[in-house]
Amino acid sequence: MASCVVTTSSFCTVSDSSIRLKSSKLVHLQRRRSLGSRGGLKVEAYYGLKTPPYPLDALEPYMSQRTLEVHWGKHHRGYVDNLNKQLGKDDKLYGYTMEELIKATYNNGNPLPEFNNAAQVYNHDFFWESMQPGGGDMPQKGVLEQIEKDFGSFTNFREKFTNAALTQFGSGWVWLVLKREERRLEVVKTSNAINPLVWDDIVCERVSLIFSCYKVMFPLDHMYFCCCCLQPIISLDVWEHSYYIDYKNERGKYINTFLNHLVSWNAAMSRMARAEAFVNLGEPNIPIA
Amino acid sequence: MAIRSVLSRRTLSSLKESSSKLLGLRGIQTFTLPDLPYDYSALEPAISGEIMQIHHQKHHQTYVTNYNNALEQLDQAVNKGDASTVVKLHSAIKFNGGGHVNHSIFWKNLAPVNQGGGEPPKGALGGAIDTHFGSLEGLVKKMSAEGAALQGSGWVWLGLDKELKKLVVDTTANQDPLVTKGGSLVPLVGIDVWEHAYYLQYKNVRPDYLKNVWKVINWKYASEVYESECK
Repeated sequence: MASCVVTTSSFCTVSDSSIRLKSSKLVHLQRRRSLGSRGGLKVEAYYGLKTPPYPLDALEPYMSQRTLEVHWGKHHRGYVDNLNKQLGKDDKLYGYTMEELIKATYNNGNPLPEFNNAAQVYNHDFFWESMQPGGGDMPQKGVLEQIEKDFGSFTNFREKFTNAALTQFGSGWVWLVLKREERRLEVVKTSNAINPLVWDDIVCERVSLIFSCYKVMFPLDHMYFCCCCLQPIISLDVWEHSYYIDYKNERGKYINTFLNHLVSWNAAMSRMARAEAFVNLGEPNIPIA
Repeated sequence: MAIRSVLSRRTLSSLKESSSKLLGLRGIQTFTLPDLPYDYSALEPAISGEIMQIHHQKHHQTYVTNYNNALEQLDQAVNKGDASTVVKLHSAIKFNGGGHVNHSIFWKNLAPVNQGGGEPPKGALGGAIDTHFGSLEGLVKKMSAEGAALQGSGWVWLGLDKELKKLVVDTTANQDPLVTKGGSLVPLVGIDVWEHAYYLQYKNVRPDYLKNVWKVINWKYASEVYESECK
């Protein structure tokens, strides 16, 4: 195989000749069996390197194939490999989804060694899917309406996004997120590997406290309320490795190009639709058949 | 009376890239990009000429420019008594000022091989390194490991703790100068591990950059600083 990639994320065991997919339940069973295992089943690797939803040269000339080859093929792959190595050491972190793993390893601001790799795997998956060939331009319908509602105008959003990307000193990411409590879109920036998912916990603790009284009457799963208080919609990688080959030090040019030619408002639309399962943005616009 | 605003040593040979601003009327001093005491390509093959040129002419120059702008804005805000603007400018000053400070040290930390780059330290500093780290190799191994492990952008330093009179290896994030890790720390050798310092040549393999950069480290300068601080 030219490149060993798995096209679905999470819970893959990778051996030389086969790829097996396991659900979280099965992994738990695996763990119990693997100590003194009969049948020789051994959980080896947990996350696969997801390919971007387009060929590596599809974003030319705005993001070169060379950049994709190094950024995805070396940086992103490195995070996946290193994460798998860490997870292979003991079974403390078995059975998590990616989002759960990130929150668990973030450890309320005192990150465990696995956090950097886990978060960066998620961040890069999200980033590739935030772009598309022939991207850029303007969003449509619901996304555009929400942006105009929360930022005043699309131009204002662009300005805020660009400014955040330019003033993220050092390495990091810029995000358009949907905030569940405030029920609005916002631009946030994060440093190094941090992403908006880690900011869930503080809010969710409060929410679950309120609802704990109702647990007898309404047995609600704690996790239901703690799914993504900040829903990421779009992200931009502003680590230097993301733009240095194509733009050298000119981060501003890179940001402009991303907004003009790369950002996938289609992806934003589907992420917004999913986010609306958790955030009540008001009366749905039911089209008249 | 005009206040000369050049605060860095300049070689006689080149006068490019420096925009010296005379702001005598306002009383604040601004900064200029220091010249390199060697050609951009002089550090090859350890660091390519392309990297050196962009690193110096673009990155460092941007820090200088933005630092000067931030200082001007700070001066205006201070004169107006605008406390919230003064506080707001804090991060831009720390970042850009730190970038200027750190890179000014960095250019002096490097030297071409034919000007002593890579030659191990002798004298007092050499002895101190052996005492604290066992050997120069031990120090190099430690600094390279810490530099490689640093997540994101930052610097790895060999510093002298003036008060405790000992050498320390430490890292700082982004453009924080070493002094942010301890007021008595004096930087002797700093290695830039921001991606812009090595990406065009080494791509994601930061450990290779860290292996090679030692071949052009200017221990003579580090020794001078050490000896002057130890008096």
